[in-house]
Amino acid sequence: MAKVKLIKIREEILSENKQLADKIRKDLSDKKTTLLNIMSSPGSGKTSLILKTIELLRETFSMAVIEADLDSTVDADKIAGAGIKAVQIETGGFCHVNAAMLEKAADTLDLQSLDLVILENVGNLVCPAQADTGAHINVVILSIPEGDDKPLKYPVIFKGVNAVVLNKTDYLQVAAFNRDKFWEYIRSLNPKAAQFEVSCATGEGTEKWSAWLASQLHTAAE
Amino acid sequence: MHELSVTESILTTVLASAEKHNVTRITKIHLEVGELNDLKAEWIQYYFDTLSKDTLAENAEIIVHSKPSEFTCHDCGDVFALDLKTVSSVSCPACGGNNCSLSGGSEFYIRDMEAI
Repeated sequence: MAKVKLIKIREEILSENKQLADKIRKDLSDKKTTLLNIMSSPGSGKTSLILKTIELLRETFSMAVIEADLDSTVDADKIAGAGIKAVQIETGGFCHVNAAMLEKAADTLDLQSLDLVILENVGNLVCPAQADTGAHINVVILSIPEGDDKPLKYPVIFKGVNAVVLNKTDYLQVAAFNRDKFWEYIRSLNPKAAQFEVSCATGEGTEKWSAWLASQLHTAAE
Repeated sequence: MHELSVTESILTTVLASAEKHNVTRITKIHLEVGELNDLKAEWIQYYFDTLSKDTLAENAEIIVHSKPSEFTCHDCGDVFALDLKTVSSVSCPACGGNNCSLSGGSEFYIRDMEAI
């Protein structure tokens, strides 16, 4: 009977994806292009926030959008309607964008000429949290109607982002949403995340968000 | 779908390690997974059994060692485990303060494997 050997591995699961993501991040940085990954549940306002961001920053920065909404080109059409180059990733039912998909989509863009590429990830608070896309800035949106307890139910996604955007503040009047509690949860999971409250419907708070984003870009005005 | 890419990643890593160590059969794979990642051993095993057919890892058993979600209190330094699925606030059991932040529970790696 052959002897059983115990072989130490100590390697991160999905380490291949992480290595490719690091390479993408570096290649983009070399071109002074910033990749922003926007995540949220379906219907929290990813497309709306992207459209607002385009509206507020298009005079200052050149932008493109990579769309990964499941089996639909509706969102890409909306973005293209705003006069911004939009590439659709056909995820084929995949629950998140990984580094390989992102690389393929980014290859179709003239990165040299772009300051900001925005990735609209698949609407889902679980899977996108675990796959590094190569983004420099990761953001999660939560909307008021989803409830203030969501950071504790989906901690991984809230833990790893650079900013949390609370959207649909125009619903605060009608929803039983405890804002203080929500931000307290966020701070306990991710004390460093920048915090924003916006309403994409009324525009409230979106300028503060876009000003912060602008300050984070590689090509931010000194 | 997510479990599938996780399982593929595990298989690739253990097969590479098997080749390096000159073994002929992988019998057990130990993962260390933080509670936050919510990985279920039985689903990973299900995908693994399909993906590992005709490889050195065929029939290997996946064992998940779960790590609890841990918070550190910045006021008194206490480290405490918390089940986020059931709590409605994050406060320190020692001093009652709520200046606490997450310090463990997101582990997600392959620890080691047993092979012949």
